[in-house]
Amino acid sequence: MRNKVTMTVDGLEISVPAGTTVLDACLDNGIYIPNLCHLDGMEHPPASCRLCLVEVDGMRGPVTSCTLAAVDGMVVHTNTDEVRELQKLAFRMLVSCNQGNCRVCMANKRCDLQQIAKFLHLPLRTKQMRHIPKDVPEVLTDHPCIVYEPNKCVLCGRCVYVCERRGNPFSLSFANRGFNTIVTFFGSEAEGVEDACRDCRACVDICPVGALSFADERERHLRLVEAGKGRRKAG
Amino acid sequence: MNDTAYAAERQPDPEEEQVLAVIETEIPALPRDEHQLIPSLQGIQNRHGYLPRGGLVMVARHFGLPASKVYGVATFYNQFRFNPPGRHPIKVCLGTACHVRGGDIVLENFERKLGIVEGETTADREFSLERVACVGCCALAPVVLVGEKVEAHVTPSKVEGVVTQVEIENEMAVRAAEREEQCHGKTD
Repeated sequence: MRNKVTMTVDGLEISVPAGTTVLDACLDNGIYIPNLCHLDGMEHPPASCRLCLVEVDGMRGPVTSCTLAAVDGMVVHTNTDEVRELQKLAFRMLVSCNQGNCRVCMANKRCDLQQIAKFLHLPLRTKQMRHIPKDVPEVLTDHPCIVYEPNKCVLCGRCVYVCERRGNPFSLSFANRGFNTIVTFFGSEAEGVEDACRDCRACVDICPVGALSFADERERHLRLVEAGKGRRKAG
Repeated sequence: MNDTAYAAERQPDPEEEQVLAVIETEIPALPRDEHQLIPSLQGIQNRHGYLPRGGLVMVARHFGLPASKVYGVATFYNQFRFNPPGRHPIKVCLGTACHVRGGDIVLENFERKLGIVEGETTADREFSLERVACVGCCALAPVVLVGEKVEAHVTPSKVEGVVTQVEIENEMAVRAAEREEQCHGKTD
């Protein structure tokens, strides 16, 4: 079972265990491909962020690397013009309905969106598309201890995925549709949810953009920022 | 539908408690197959006019699903509503013709007048507000349905009129009932 496959990525030869996805193979070998919705070990990657595109010799058009298994002799290009164009388009669409204040955000400087923006040389606000924030409140506090900020959320689904896997009595899910899709805490008022969520932390820790946070931690953070200590702390 | 998922303050509602009690008796009869979730929700809405939040939790428990999953399914489809229909359901048409003639302004007027947003019901259950796509009389745009009655060429002043008229009718009914009672009192 210890089969290894060898593939070429951007002219670099790498060898990975058979069955690895192209995305994982590249990330493990220090080749960065922007991605938001992918998590290690996903059986059926949603491939919904449309950022992890690559071109493969012999395949028509760019393909999502998270759904592509590495094959021996594969020749992959991660930075062709077409790939970059599509990634930029996907990114612009993401930020066109996204709104957050990085300065006071808990995820500042460890935010995947910031990292991808830097990687693609794009600002976090796009001028090429109309900015349409979601028609929802800025902060949702349905959950007894977790706060959700829908306008920061990129709807990658990581939190929903990890929460389902934990098998907690309560589970996160998507609600509504289209522009107004949010992650919902419906049912979190049930007994025992607060303690279980406090112990688990999975969704808060996996969120790439800091849209989920513990209410008390967030408050402490905002107070620190307010007091001007935030910058020193984060640095 | 822009539901009230985020309405933070939710008061206990005796009418809703009754509905929930009835739903609780209906739950055991539902199938347990996950594929029957949507038909089950449809059934509940047909019988009670809406899906109370507590009802969704019961359904989730019955199907062995997280409550948030059931809620996610229900909010995905426009046909499900989470607030009881009012005695005077107001449907603001936002079809093409009404949209062009300012249907969204009419909707906003109702929202402000009634103090609720689209998809909600006033606390006294007198009015509920929703948007519909074309009621089939585009020449009268912008159109509003109050119950079964079509209001044509609706303007902000007409919005006031619709609400006031219902209030007047209610007041008249109350007074008529009082008068009746007084008459009966005299004859007795």
